[in-house]
Amino acid sequence: MSIYLDHAATTPMIEPAIDAMQRSLRKIGNPSSLHTDGRSTRKDVEEAREVIASALGCQPSEVIFTGSGTEANNAAIKGLFWAAPDKNLIVVSAIEHHAVLDPAHWLVEHEGAELIEVPVTSDGVIDCDFLADLVTTRGAEIALISVMAANNETGVIQPIDRVVEIAGDIPVHSDAVQSFMKVPLSYSQLGLFAMTISAHKIGGPLGIGALILRRAFEMPALLHGGGQEREIRSGTLNAPSIVAFATAVTESIYNAVTVSSLREKFESGIADVAPDAQINGTGAGRLPGISNITFPGTQADFLLLLMDGKEVSCSTGAACTAGVHRPSHVLMAMGHDEIGATSSLRFSLGATTTVGDIEYALSVIPEVVAMAKAANSL
Amino acid sequence: MKLIAAMSGGVDSAVAAARAVEEGHDVIGVHLALSANPQKYRSGARGCCTIEDSHDARRAADVIGIPFYIWDMADEFHAGVVENFMSEYKAGRTPNPCLRCNEKIKFAAVLDRAKAMGFDGVITGHYARTRDTDAGKTLHRAVDPLKDQSYVLAVLNRDQISGALFPLGDTEKVDIRLEAERRGLAVAQKPDSHDICFVPSGDNAGWLRERLGSESGPIVDQDGTQIGEHKGAYTYTIGQRKGLGITVPTADGSPRFVLKIEPVTNTVVVGAREELAVSSMKGERAIWCGPEIAPGDHRGFVQVRAHGQALPCTYRFDGTNLVADLDSPLLGLATGQAMVIYDGDRVVGSATICETAS
Repeated sequence: MSIYLDHAATTPMIEPAIDAMQRSLRKIGNPSSLHTDGRSTRKDVEEAREVIASALGCQPSEVIFTGSGTEANNAAIKGLFWAAPDKNLIVVSAIEHHAVLDPAHWLVEHEGAELIEVPVTSDGVIDCDFLADLVTTRGAEIALISVMAANNETGVIQPIDRVVEIAGDIPVHSDAVQSFMKVPLSYSQLGLFAMTISAHKIGGPLGIGALILRRAFEMPALLHGGGQEREIRSGTLNAPSIVAFATAVTESIYNAVTVSSLREKFESGIADVAPDAQINGTGAGRLPGISNITFPGTQADFLLLLMDGKEVSCSTGAACTAGVHRPSHVLMAMGHDEIGATSSLRFSLGATTTVGDIEYALSVIPEVVAMAKAANSL
Repeated sequence: MKLIAAMSGGVDSAVAAARAVEEGHDVIGVHLALSANPQKYRSGARGCCTIEDSHDARRAADVIGIPFYIWDMADEFHAGVVENFMSEYKAGRTPNPCLRCNEKIKFAAVLDRAKAMGFDGVITGHYARTRDTDAGKTLHRAVDPLKDQSYVLAVLNRDQISGALFPLGDTEKVDIRLEAERRGLAVAQKPDSHDICFVPSGDNAGWLRERLGSESGPIVDQDGTQIGEHKGAYTYTIGQRKGLGITVPTADGSPRFVLKIEPVTNTVVVGAREELAVSSMKGERAIWCGPEIAPGDHRGFVQVRAHGQALPCTYRFDGTNLVADLDSPLLGLATGQAMVIYDGDRVVGSATICETAS
């Protein structure tokens, strides 16, 4: 019996999406081909695009399919920077995913960009006053602002409407990979310029994401080739994954109320089984399924090993390429010291999480935490 | 037993883990990340814990069918091994970092954490054997004399040895590679690692110069006459003959050897080969790998290098230091090296050489 509490990393594909993908895999036809087979596949892709656009409150032509959320973030950060050659300043929040932070740092190192990270409060919400001051003093230099819709480690929801308001004419991008289909999210209502979503966080397949980019806006591409996707993302359209992505949207089994009440049960249980544990970001609005917990006097990688030994899958938040656990930059930005930032676990609940899962996880936590504390005291 | 297999990404630790699983133990694989800034790729036989090595360890764990984790021991390794390596050299001694790593990391930091988390011990791919005796678990040489690693394990005390499993000690290396092939482990033909893992270039002197500076100082002969200049005393080794850069020849044309390194005055003393002869050594920080030795003289063997010869000797523990008198003298012995005492193939214990006498 394996208890999966890492839905923010990836969540199971829903059956209708698997079925849709299989049907599409059995079809022939490159969506860019002009013959009947090609047109038939193209029709599937365009219907999927319309479904996703409708779910997001954008126009179908604003949906650009990519190979991942990471790719969409890279395309947005680099593309928006390159599209404004007279502006050199990039503004991102201090708690962005590495898929936003790293391309921004890359532009600093390779193209001489200047980067300013907007700090967050102890609850993990960005400091809008800081951003407003920055826009007032240096607005004319800012090429883009990128603030995630909700944080992947803590689930803390960011005030994107306020960010857009402060930004005025400056393009705002938002990485909405964790928020999409979890909380209400409308590209047009928020007034965003660009947005990132990904299929495998919502019950769709791995390897397909989308950049939502304002209609008719042209920017330099990362990939050049056949000119697909407004020449911003060349490459044969991945029809089976795109179709399954749309099916994951229409057939979603995610119920925010249920997930939220399970998380509440989990967190009130934590207070009983690990009284010294601290739940991060509780003072702010959070996504329904994410619970980030600091267990003082432990190291997260030992906690994870021990939880895994009890067949509970959870996450330490951030891992570098070598798989070594590093202090979470998100928790550091929220004011944790390095020790606190390496003693936290993320549990993330999803559409398939049950009360039994929560009860079992809670039942093993006391022993796991006690052992991790013993190992850490050496 | 519930065991943690330390998996470097090499063939030995992979086969060791596989054997433990086959014996029915409940094993998880752990790769120790010892460098804060690991290199991506391994270059030849040098370096360790590159990202490629951790990948190899992960794939071996997959093939064996055990869970796999990476433990970040970079801070512990730096504080316990790398800094010690530098400070020992700075003090004019010649340390062996592999012993230090076994003592402070693999069978301390890792073993202690393993025990705290409910595991019974640690498996490594070292070539050595243990035996359960009435006096507890004892440490012995491996059957393959060319691969025997009991020397670098002689810093483990009885508690540490009781928590250690060395499944490879009864097999020759060549057979381990064949066994790895048979088990479908991709690392079967991966080259052995040599040298010091945190000096990937293999240039110890250059590595030390970069970190400790290269303050030049005199090279003197035994009567104190300066005959040359060195670039950092700690980059020399006792017994070293090459690379001294001395242009003044000896009277009889015989070569000179490094006899002594004096860190306080930053002086390197050189002299004739005979002056290197050592017939007695004294070691501090004695560790017993089995029963403590009885008072008085004992006959046995002492080994002073990882792949050195076992030299017949009479040894005793004087209450503070371990002393070994050699039957016939040895040429070139530096303080800081480990002296390991053997009774036949059993490792009696070890100490860090602090004094030698001719």
